[in-house]
Amino acid sequence: MDISLMIALFVASAVRMAVPLLLGTLGESLTERSGNLNLGVEGLMMMGAATGFIAAYHTDNIALAILVGMLGSGFGALLYAILTITFRTKQDVTGLALTIFGTGFANTLGKSLANQNTPPAIRAFAQATPLHLQLEPVTSLPVLGPVLAFVDTAFLQHNWFVYLTFALAVIGWIYLFRTREGLHLRMVGENPAAADASGIRVIAAKYIHVVIGGILCGLGGVYISVVNVGTYLENIVAGRGWIVVALVIFIRWDPLKAIAGSLLFGALEIVGFRIQHIEGLSSIPVFSQYAIDMYPYLMTIIVLVITYARKKAYQGPAALGVPYFREDR
Amino acid sequence: MRLRIAKKETAGGWRAVVIRVTSVLVALIFSGLIMAAMGFDPIAAYLAIAKGSFGSARGLINTVTVAIPLLIVALGLSISFSMRFWNIGGEGQMVMGAIFATYVSHQLPESTPAVVYWVGMALAAMLGGGFYALIPGLFRAYSGTNETLFTLMLNYVAIKVAVFLRLVLWKNPAAKGFPQIKAIPEAAHLPKLFGIHIGWIIALVVTVFVAVYLKYTKRGYETRVVGESERTAHYAGINVRRVLVGGVALSGAIVGLAGFAKLSGVSHVLSESIGGGNGFSAVIVAWLAQLNAPVMILIALLFAAMEQGAMGMELALKIPVSVSDVIKGLILFSALASEFFISYHVVIEKGPRALLRQYRRLGQKSQQAAEAAEGEDQA
Repeated sequence: MDISLMIALFVASAVRMAVPLLLGTLGESLTERSGNLNLGVEGLMMMGAATGFIAAYHTDNIALAILVGMLGSGFGALLYAILTITFRTKQDVTGLALTIFGTGFANTLGKSLANQNTPPAIRAFAQATPLHLQLEPVTSLPVLGPVLAFVDTAFLQHNWFVYLTFALAVIGWIYLFRTREGLHLRMVGENPAAADASGIRVIAAKYIHVVIGGILCGLGGVYISVVNVGTYLENIVAGRGWIVVALVIFIRWDPLKAIAGSLLFGALEIVGFRIQHIEGLSSIPVFSQYAIDMYPYLMTIIVLVITYARKKAYQGPAALGVPYFREDR
Repeated sequence: MRLRIAKKETAGGWRAVVIRVTSVLVALIFSGLIMAAMGFDPIAAYLAIAKGSFGSARGLINTVTVAIPLLIVALGLSISFSMRFWNIGGEGQMVMGAIFATYVSHQLPESTPAVVYWVGMALAAMLGGGFYALIPGLFRAYSGTNETLFTLMLNYVAIKVAVFLRLVLWKNPAAKGFPQIKAIPEAAHLPKLFGIHIGWIIALVVTVFVAVYLKYTKRGYETRVVGESERTAHYAGINVRRVLVGGVALSGAIVGLAGFAKLSGVSHVLSESIGGGNGFSAVIVAWLAQLNAPVMILIALLFAAMEQGAMGMELALKIPVSVSDVIKGLILFSALASEFFISYHVVIEKGPRALLRQYRRLGQKSQQAAEAAEGEDQA
C-alpha cells in the first residue's frame, strides 16, 4: 500500500473517532460556560448510546434513533440540572452520581440487545459517503490528481453524521463568540450576579445550556453505538466521557479548538490499531498493543499536567462549579 | 404567591436524620418506578435483593465478604476527601496494591510461613496503592493539576497494566495457553474466622485507625484544617503541601490494602477486574457517611447487600445486575438533594400584587379607624 493512501486512511479514521469526542467536548463546553461542571459526561454518553441503539434496532430509522438518544441523554442532563441548579447540590459529586446512574441505566436497558447489530437502513446510512468525489477523470493529472485523491479519502468519505458534527462545532463557536445569547451565556459563567443584575435570566440560561450540553454528549453516544460501531456492547463508551472532561480544559472551552483537540485524541485512539500492521514496530515494548491501549489515558494526563502548568492561558469560567444564590448577593 | 428559598439558621440533628432516611426511601421509590418503566417488577426485585443478601447464612457471609474491600476503600478515600482532594482513583490504587502484593507473593520462597506472606504482601499492597496516589498528589500540591481527572485516568492505566501482566509478562505457562496470572500460594490465603476471611478484622482495625487519626491526632487535625481552607492552614503555620501529599499517600496506601484483602481473601488470582467497581462505589459510601468512619461500616454493608442481592436477583428474575448501579446513583442523587432540605427551607411569599392588595386593605382600615375616631371626637 502506498504511503499517501495509508496516511489518508489514517486521517479518515481519526476523523471518525473524533466525532464522539467533539460532540462531547462541545456539549461540555456549553455546560461549563454556564458555570456548571458536569462530570457525568460518561453517563450521558452511555444513556445516549443505549437509548439511541434501542430505537435504531426497533425502528431502523436514523432520525428516530437520534431523537430517542437525545431524549434519553436529555433526561439525564435534566436530572443533573434540577439537582445542581435548583437544589444547589455539589456539582462534582452530582456528576459522579450521574455517571454511575447513567452507566447502570444504559447497561440495564441495553442488556437484552448486547452484541446485536443495527438493521439495514441504519447500516446503509452509516456506510453512505454523500460527499465522495468521482475522481476517475482527474486521477491521471500530475499534481491535482493525487492531492484530490488524498483529500477525498481522508475527508470526503464519511456519512452525514460526521459532517454535521463538525458543522455543529463551528455553529457552537459562532453562537458563543458572535451572538448576544452567547455573550450572555459567558457572562453567566463568569459572574452570574452581574449577569442577573443586568437583566439576564441566569437560572434559565443555566438550565437551557446544561440540558443542551448534555444532549450533545448523548449524541456522541448515539454516534458510537448506532453509527460508528453498529453493534451494542456493554460499557461501549469506554471512558471517552472522562477524556472529554479533560479535553474541555485542554481546548480552553472553545469549540473551534475542540475540533483540533478531538482530532488529536481521535488519532491517538486508532494509532495503536495501525501500528500493529507495521512490521517490526509492534515488537518494541513501547509500541506493543497493550502499551498503546494506555496512550489516550496517559496523553490525557500529560495534557492535564501541561494545561495546569501554563497559568497564563484562560483558566475557564470564573464561576465554574459555584452554585448561584440570588439571595446571597 | 411565589416561592423563596432561605437559609436555615440551625440544621436540627433529628430533623436531618429524618430527611436523610426519607431521601433513601424516595430513591428506592424512584428506582422502582424506573424498573417498572423498563418492564421489570420492582417489588419482586427488591424482595430478591433482600433474600439474596440477608436471607440466608450463605448470603450474609457473601454480603460481608463483598463489604470488606468496599469499606476499606471508602475509609482510605475519606482521608483524601477530608482534604477536599477528590481521589476518584480508588479502583486504580486497589489494582496497583494487588499487583504489588502478587509480585511479593511470587518472589517469596514456597516454604515462607503464612504470617510472613501476609505481612509482606500487605506492606507491598500499601506501598503500591500509596505510590499510585502519590503521583497525582504531588502534581496537585506543586502544580495545581486537577486531581479528579488525574486519578480517574490512572484507573484506566492500572487496569491496562494488569491486562498486560496477565496476557504477557506474568502469563502462567502452566495454565495451558489460558491467559491467567499464577495464583498466589495457598499459604498466602487469609484464614477464615466465623466463616469469613479475616479481612473483616483488617477492615475494623482500619475503621478505628481512620476515626482516631482524623479526630484525635495532630496530623489528622492538620488534614482537616487543610480541607477547610488551605489559606487558613497556611497562615496557621501548617505545611500545606506536606500535609496534602502525605495524606494522599496514606489514603492510597489504605486503598491498596483493600487490594490485598480482596486478593488474599477472595480472588487468589490477580486480574484486571480485582477492583470490582469498589473505587466508584466507595466514593458514594464515604460521601453518604459524611466521612464518618463508623457510619461507613453500615453503609458499606448496605451497598454490599445490594450488590450481592442483585446477583441473586439476576439469577432468579433475569433482571440485569446493573440495576444496582441505577439504585446507587439515585440514592446518591437523593441524598445530595436532601442536603438542600436540611440547610434551606422554602418560604411561601406573597407576590407584588397580593402585597399591594394587602397594603390597600391596611390603608382602608386605618382610614376607617381615623374616621371612626373623628366621629367619636365630634360626638
